[in-house]
Amino acid sequence: MTIAILSIIVLGGLALLFGLLLGYASVRFKVEGNPVVDQIDAILPQQQCGKCSYPGCRPYAHAIANEEADINQCPPGGEMVILALADLLDREAKPLDMELKPTNEVRLAVIDEAICIGCTLCIQACPVDAILGAAKQMHTVIAQECTGCELCVKPCPVDCIAMIAIPLTIHNWKWAYPSPPTLQNPMEPLL
Amino acid sequence: MIQLWPFHGGIEPKSYKTLSNQVAIKKAGIPQFLTLPLLQHIGEPTKPVVNIADKVLKGQIIAHCENEDCSLSLSAPIHASSSGTIVAIESHAVPHPSGLNAPCIVIATDGNDEWIERFPLPNYTDIEPDIVRNYIAQAGIVGLGGAGFPSHVKLVHNNIDTLIINGAECEPYITCDDRIMQEHPADVIVGAQILLHVLGGAKNCIIAVENNKPQAYKTLSNLAQGNIAVVQVPTLYPMGGERQLIYTLTGKEVGRGKLPASIGIVVHNVETTRAIYRAIYQGRPLISRAVTVTGTGLETPQNFEILLGTPMEFILKQCNPKSNLKRLIMGGPMMGFSLPNNKMPIVKTTNCLILSDKEEVKPLQMPCIRCGACAQACPINLLPQQLYWYAKAKDLKKIQEYHLFDCIDCGCCAYVCPSHIPLISYYRYAKAEIRANEQESKKSESAKHRHEFRTFRLERIKAEKKARLQKLKSKSNASKESAIKAALERVKAKKQAIIIQHLIDNSSDSHLQ
Ligand code: SF4
Ligand code: SF4
Repeated sequence: MTIAILSIIVLGGLALLFGLLLGYASVRFKVEGNPVVDQIDAILPQQQCGKCSYPGCRPYAHAIANEEADINQCPPGGEMVILALADLLDREAKPLDMELKPTNEVRLAVIDEAICIGCTLCIQACPVDAILGAAKQMHTVIAQECTGCELCVKPCPVDCIAMIAIPLTIHNWKWAYPSPPTLQNPMEPLL
Repeated sequence: MIQLWPFHGGIEPKSYKTLSNQVAIKKAGIPQFLTLPLLQHIGEPTKPVVNIADKVLKGQIIAHCENEDCSLSLSAPIHASSSGTIVAIESHAVPHPSGLNAPCIVIATDGNDEWIERFPLPNYTDIEPDIVRNYIAQAGIVGLGGAGFPSHVKLVHNNIDTLIINGAECEPYITCDDRIMQEHPADVIVGAQILLHVLGGAKNCIIAVENNKPQAYKTLSNLAQGNIAVVQVPTLYPMGGERQLIYTLTGKEVGRGKLPASIGIVVHNVETTRAIYRAIYQGRPLISRAVTVTGTGLETPQNFEILLGTPMEFILKQCNPKSNLKRLIMGGPMMGFSLPNNKMPIVKTTNCLILSDKEEVKPLQMPCIRCGACAQACPINLLPQQLYWYAKAKDLKKIQEYHLFDCIDCGCCAYVCPSHIPLISYYRYAKAEIRANEQESKKSESAKHRHEFRTFRLERIKAEKKARLQKLKSKSNASKESAIKAALERVKAKKQAIIIQHLIDNSSDSHLQ
């Protein structure tokens, strides 16, 4: 009988102790924010283009973390991002959502300053504040900060914003992946 | 005789040096146009400081570093290599593996080759090392061994005890350093003394010469004295690699990701050393360099002293090219690259041009058989087959764990690979991709911050607007009420006044009655 009481006391004491410890740890070492969302957000390309139908990369990251959105809705990220997300979340990798057009190259918005009427609509559309200007003043794009999201193109009433390819120079040129083996230069003998 | 330490791996390719090593360096002459790219070294490009139609003199600075101060930047100014008129500042084909154009300054030469006033520093020993170093930076001198690292950056004097002058010249075909050591040994030795001074009293200087250049070794040894020693090293590619040479001469290894200066050693190339001598004693900036022009496609391969900016065409014509030319390579056969045409200018990093009459044979590429030959040949002791494997699979994380960035692109692995796998192409791809990704993640990080700030700003504006509206509303409510009250009061007062008036009128009336 005493043994039973003793063991109840000991085990109960231990349970209480660990409970307190855990409770303390959960307060003391509380992680700010949602780490999964942060990890997802770090993978997304941060163009803030909204093509995933969410207003920016972080909201999309939230939606993925809450399993509200699929991992294949980011066109600028393309295959690389889908693979990285699949790897992180242990989900099946799949091709980009059929309804979304893949964006192969990052482009740059350029305002035709002769046509611009200074309406500020594009400034309001730019998710990263990369357009400079004021009402009735000519606007211009800070090329370094432009993410190529294209959100400023539609709102322009006089159609003066064009997306141009970033010119290739000796500074941003890079060595390509070695060309795949061809018939004349096969990797594996053709059997 | 000092002790030598053989490094791991290395290869002994056929040297082809006899094609050009018997002929003295010849001046190539002044072409009609000189095309000088704004970027001829590793680092920041320069900015033009002349305008179209300006007259320039030989040795005048035409493009300068940021803020015209090169002492702190990884950059070196560009000088006019001959006198003439600036006719264009525009994009032009430059020797670069991409085959792309880059901004250049074009000078139409006047043939007078008229010098600007020069200010040599023959009494350099009386001058502070830092001032001499700055002078070398202003002379536009960069590493002439092929890499083109601005020399003054490697001349900061913090506890350097050994200066190594690299005369290994280990790549096949190239012979211009050999000729310089034979023809101008005194220049090299005085240059080394200048470097010792700039390095703030480095104790020793070793001039290393591969043992396939006995003549150069002999002439230099006859002149060397004091703390300058000339040492013969075995002929083994890549002996001229900085780390390989340091290890061979001292047995010391430079730490991963560190510079030789971290172990008190600085390495400069033979021709760079001569260029520094010429800058100090003759006030002559870097406006020309020695170039080996060789290959089976030329009847008379030889070494030239060529003004920077000279079109390759102008040089090749002087070597009697054969008719069926197939390939033009800049640099050595191991580390150089093919050029699409011969219209490009000679730049500071052009140490060799190889013209071949043979088609590039791309032998059948076979799968890796894991023979390990590449690992045996790698002078850095890497595992090239592993690197290849991960580069091929685009696994950019794993490949860095196998120390991709320690690879010096020497090409030993690809040279010995029995399956003829273009290993270097894979490493170049992987390195470029990793660097681009780093750039990109920096950019996306900044985009993220800007977006977050914008969201915050919009919220704040919204909140402020709301607050203002509220205030306005409450204020207007209050004022409305008081206005109504005031109006009511006024009406009341008026009414009362009328009643009183009536009363008065009535009473007066009654009085009259
Ligand atoms: S190219 Fe790189 S991996 Fe290949 S042998 Fe040279 S250092 Fe080693
Ligand atoms: S030498 Fe070529 S075949 Fe041999 S292990 Fe290296 S990569 Fe593979």
